Amino acid sequence: MTSPLRLVVRRTPAIPVEVSVRVPGDLEIVHEAAELLTRHCCAGLTPSPLTQKLQFRLKTLLCEALTNAIRHGIHENPARWVGVRVELTGELAQVHVTDDGAGFDPRSVVPPLDPNDLDRESGRGLFIIRQLADDVTFNPQGNSICMTLRRR
Amino acid sequence: MAFSAAKTNGVLVVHVEGQLIVGNRQELKQLVQEALDHGERKFLIDFAKAGYIDSSGLGALVSISKKVRETGGELRLSGLNDDLRSLFELTKLDTLFAINDGLTQALAGF
Repeated sequence: MTSPLRLVVRRTPAIPVEVSVRVPGDLEIVHEAAELLTRHCCAGLTPSPLTQKLQFRLKTLLCEALTNAIRHGIHENPARWVGVRVELTGELAQVHVTDDGAGFDPRSVVPPLDPNDLDRESGRGLFIIRQLADDVTFNPQGNSICMTLRRR
Repeated sequence: MAFSAAKTNGVLVVHVEGQLIVGNRQELKQLVQEALDHGERKFLIDFAKAGYIDSSGLGALVSISKKVRETGGELRLSGLNDDLRSLFELTKLDTLFAINDGLTQALAGF
């Protein structure tokens, strides 16, 4: 089966490398998209334990944000798309994941960290994103997340 | 095939090969549910050949753990690499699961 994912790479004076892809509303394709983007964004880095850590963090941010956008933003509708854009500038990687859904209030998401609440099956994605990213912001509508990683 | 299962010393050992993710988590839940229906009560899920678990995979393990406990059974996990273990620690799921470094140690824990 042909993959529906098409990477677009742009280079501008302001942003040395910008990698973007549109992902259809199918949870089955989340990991393929996250791996494709991670591989591309880390292609020039020298292999080391630190690089491996960075790859794990980037892949996880992509997986969790894409899963949330597809599941909650566009309700797993395969005819709709989620946009992913990664900007690589010097020491920073900024990952934008945007859907065309109604958005949500990120402050309303309470992760199941209480010992009595650990049995809850869902609700960990955004918490993991906040733990692994150096900075996380949302647009006012709540349908676009920007996650910053320092490539240290 | 992402999962393979074999019985060792009365324990159903499930090997996760590759990843436990949003796209295949139902398969693992189904495998354990069918084993529970057939009377299995001791489960070890080994991640030595797994490179990745996402939050949906963690959620599936939470659900499996609950079902195993409800039937009076026992579940242990083993073989998590440092990255995967860090996910359990930061979500505090290391307090919910019995986690061992290796398969032999985990089997001895039952």
